[in-house]
Amino acid sequence: MLNRQGRPTAPGSDSTVIHKTFTGNRALQQIEPLIFEIGSMDQTGVDIDAPAPHHKKLGAFERKAPIGLPGLSEPETMRHYVRLSQKNYGIDSGLFPLGSCTMKHNPRLNEKMARLPGFSDVHPLQPQSTVQGALELIDTLAHWLVTLTGMDAVAMSPKAGAHGELCGLMAIKAAIIARGEEATRKVVLVPDSAHGTNPATAALIHFDVRSVPVREDGTVDPQVVAELAGPDTAAIMLTNPNTCGLFEKDVVAIADAVHKAGGYFYADGANFNAIVGKARPGDLGVDAMHINLHKTFSTPHGGGGPGSGPVVLSERLAPFAPVPFIRKTDAGLQLVEDEAEAKKHGAHPFGRMTAFHGQMGMYVRALSYMLSHGADGMKQASEDAVLNANYVRACLADLMSLPFGNKPCMHEVLFDDTWLKDTGVSTLDFAKAMIDEGYHPMTMYFPLVVHGAMLIEPTESESRASLDLFIATLRDLAIAAKRGDTDRFTGAPYHAPMRRLDETRAARSPVLKWLPPQPILEAAE
Amino acid sequence: MGTTHYTKDHEYVRVDGDVATFGITDYAQSQLGDVVFVEVPKVGAHLKQGAEAAVVESVKAASEVYAPVSGEVIEANSALEGTPAIVNEDPEGKGWFGKIKLSNKSELDALMNEADYKTYLSTL
Amino acid sequence: MRYLPLSADDRSDMLARIGVDHIDKLFADIPRDKLLDKVLPLPLAKGELEVERILGKMAARNKTASTTPFFVGAGAYKHHVPATVDHLIQRSEFLTSYTPYQPEIAQGTLQYLFEFQTQVAALTGMDVANASMYDGSTGTGEAVLMAHRITKRNKAILSGGLHPHYAEVVRTLSKMSNADVVTLKPDLRAKENLIASIDEETSCVVVQSPDVFGTLRDLKPIADACHAKGALLIAVFTEVVSLGLVTSPGEQGADIVVGEGQSIGNGLNFGGPYVGLFATKTQYIRNMPGRLCGETVDAEGKRGFVLTLSTREQHIRREKATSNICTNSGLCTLAFTIHMTLLGEKGLRALAEVNHANAVMLAEQLAKLPHVEVVNEHFFNEISIRVKGDATKLVDRLAHHGIMAGVPAARLFPDQGLEDVLIIANTEVNTNEDRAALVAALKEAM
Repeated sequence: MLNRQGRPTAPGSDSTVIHKTFTGNRALQQIEPLIFEIGSMDQTGVDIDAPAPHHKKLGAFERKAPIGLPGLSEPETMRHYVRLSQKNYGIDSGLFPLGSCTMKHNPRLNEKMARLPGFSDVHPLQPQSTVQGALELIDTLAHWLVTLTGMDAVAMSPKAGAHGELCGLMAIKAAIIARGEEATRKVVLVPDSAHGTNPATAALIHFDVRSVPVREDGTVDPQVVAELAGPDTAAIMLTNPNTCGLFEKDVVAIADAVHKAGGYFYADGANFNAIVGKARPGDLGVDAMHINLHKTFSTPHGGGGPGSGPVVLSERLAPFAPVPFIRKTDAGLQLVEDEAEAKKHGAHPFGRMTAFHGQMGMYVRALSYMLSHGADGMKQASEDAVLNANYVRACLADLMSLPFGNKPCMHEVLFDDTWLKDTGVSTLDFAKAMIDEGYHPMTMYFPLVVHGAMLIEPTESESRASLDLFIATLRDLAIAAKRGDTDRFTGAPYHAPMRRLDETRAARSPVLKWLPPQPILEAAE
Repeated sequence: MGTTHYTKDHEYVRVDGDVATFGITDYAQSQLGDVVFVEVPKVGAHLKQGAEAAVVESVKAASEVYAPVSGEVIEANSALEGTPAIVNEDPEGKGWFGKIKLSNKSELDALMNEADYKTYLSTL
Repeated sequence: MRYLPLSADDRSDMLARIGVDHIDKLFADIPRDKLLDKVLPLPLAKGELEVERILGKMAARNKTASTTPFFVGAGAYKHHVPATVDHLIQRSEFLTSYTPYQPEIAQGTLQYLFEFQTQVAALTGMDVANASMYDGSTGTGEAVLMAHRITKRNKAILSGGLHPHYAEVVRTLSKMSNADVVTLKPDLRAKENLIASIDEETSCVVVQSPDVFGTLRDLKPIADACHAKGALLIAVFTEVVSLGLVTSPGEQGADIVVGEGQSIGNGLNFGGPYVGLFATKTQYIRNMPGRLCGETVDAEGKRGFVLTLSTREQHIRREKATSNICTNSGLCTLAFTIHMTLLGEKGLRALAEVNHANAVMLAEQLAKLPHVEVVNEHFFNEISIRVKGDATKLVDRLAHHGIMAGVPAARLFPDQGLEDVLIIANTEVNTNEDRAALVAALKEAM
């Protein structure tokens, strides 16, 4: 067939000039206004039948003023949010080495299971006889969690990691109150390398925070803990593996020191994913630990939640777990929802963390992941996560600086910015240049104990080829930074949907919602 | 123009009679970066030396400003609430935080003078 | 294992590159006697099909809301969610992204958060809203702590119409942080005298409207009384659809408004995840918990959005933070925002009217039954009735016959003399046939 249309089939010009577009769009990258700028008060994307005639029973409370909520038709809504999604980077887009956050693959089987009507379309206050399968799921997940951690019990209801911390510390406080020591045991030891949520949680329920310095090798010294712990000590909050990517090798001695002083050992389980199937917190002297289902057990991060933060508890703390909890009876599973009922069964709950029973949608996803992986697969996942991080370390150690020496790390590797000294490139610049290369940056400037920290967590989800390209990219960037190719960094990102944003301006005069444009006359006044 | 004293926390105190004007030094503002918010001292508050007197925030950090001397706050620089950038532009001039009526002048003796403060900065 | 890309060859090559001969050399810091030498006693890996079978069986043991006449509410509501919502929130770029710490590649998340904040501020009639809390109950706990920070007092007064789970969350937090709480008795008929409880030590009064029994409350006089004593009014709602038809808490003088947003965009999910809405006045922004998204410009002057005022938060302020919250309800806020965008003002009003109309019709039908008393005078889509005998037994009996009649008040308020009270929600999903079935079943059962 002849090409009768004369349509060119090869690029006709070798021009590399980038022309500004009329719309400001750049092909797939489209500028998208706010719904308040494109919607209208008369538009709607739903069809709702008019109500049957009725006499309103709203009394004097009927709304008179307009609300100010524009609507969009269904196709407009679809396009608006699809366009917004195209400005986002997710795990499915590429390697997302955000240290401490565990951006591993989110299996879609989890999503499918969570949407089974038997889980998604049941009400938390239906008669318990009609939700036995839901209770079975929670009970099964609880069994997996206590088995993997070697602990005695688990409080399922906390809504996220920080909420789990709060739950764990409340259980500790309840135990201290039960011992009659609430007036004296008020101090929580928190290492300098801890997540910010740790001291914030302790302060929230009026514990005094005492910092524990981190020693030269990036871990906590049990001797120092022994000196800091005493009759005033309620607990230590220790992340293990810690935020420097290192396993606290003296964890047993630290636990002993705290226990000897009469305190409890709270473990921040944010990094549990490194040791699932390899070691059990219960064997290390832990009294309470939250588990981020959205990190270790692959439930999606969803742009900042929802998460889920069940807390496993030792025998000493188990009686203080909050309501609700599940108990097995001859008639099936019973959800114990109030304190009076709990006391009938010998429990002393400290109270309640949330309405209803916790993050069911996340439980289903986590159990779907656990069943898929099995006990063997989860052990392999931990090993691969650690292997991948160490591979990155080994391949970059000659170019970038390791604050605690070139030794094995756990599931994440921590670099500092010593190697960037005098290059004019900061950790932030380096991170922004990674965006241009198609990567999400690593965690920056955390932990605080290391200057210009870069915390890289590749996770077990990355293939060898993916890691090799990532390593080659970081090597190229590192060499460029050292060579003085500063422009590539200080102006980056150049190719993202947006250039660097002005955070100072946002904070100095906060604009936290859309405001209608001022009419010109009023503005001139 | 009175004499100026400095603290190790990078606050300055300019004394005029028994009134001390205080704020953060140029070094402090340069370390903080763009200041985005200032909580100025409360007029009428009786502060002890070293007590929390004000809060200054940049985008990524929040720092307490401690009372460099004891006394009653008699004036606060409310201009900082609307235009915190003044702290970056003119920290030791228009960017002052508050004025304290000194209750114990001898506290000043323990503070650094300008030359000592410069030496101190060179050690950081 | 389908989720793990490394092959055995990859693993041994990589170990060689690292310079160790066995994977356990990388775990050398774990004390030798604590390193597990065998696989834990749990089931081994399974294919997708097998996992679907196992979980499918569990799911099948539950009675779902869509398959029965369904009137269960009291803090979570069965509504219709448009198909578009679930499709969009499963877009990879939304589902698998993180908290937007890198704004250049997270404008999708940031812009919807800005839209969400604007929608919530408008609905509640407040100046500003945050980017969400875990749910309404934890948001209420945070609101009380925030009021304590603002007023520098530490006594909260909880209305007897507040959802008891919410009250319990507040009491738990307060007990643990040495703050005082006064909880008024369960207030079936909205007769309590909250105003008389307010004194000079009171930091805040927490009132829910519609309350847990469904009754609309007059917030204005309570707000005035609070302000006269230097206290704050925290207004709570568990049914956000009500705001389409009812005067906003902001217009009635509330200082902090907190509520459950589940009804818009989110399913029942047996209690979670849900989405907490949280709004306040401009002067209290710096005391607010949670993330805030703000407008700014990029290096080329283009409008964009960033997380802002972060110095309130735990990752900077540590023990001086306004809250310890980190992860919130990201994807549930997206579901809320998309559904609200589809509705718009017109759709939300229409939806609210249908809800109210259905509840009015049901109330009228129930009032005609012998032995039934409808207790609410003014309500939105939920009512409470007194029945003959024990409401819990009644609900169980009806459930056995395939009708989910509501929540027995005694499940929420055990041992409080409310054994004969049944809380009944009625939304757009309930048809005339559903109502007829409920009324007939109640009649027969009593």
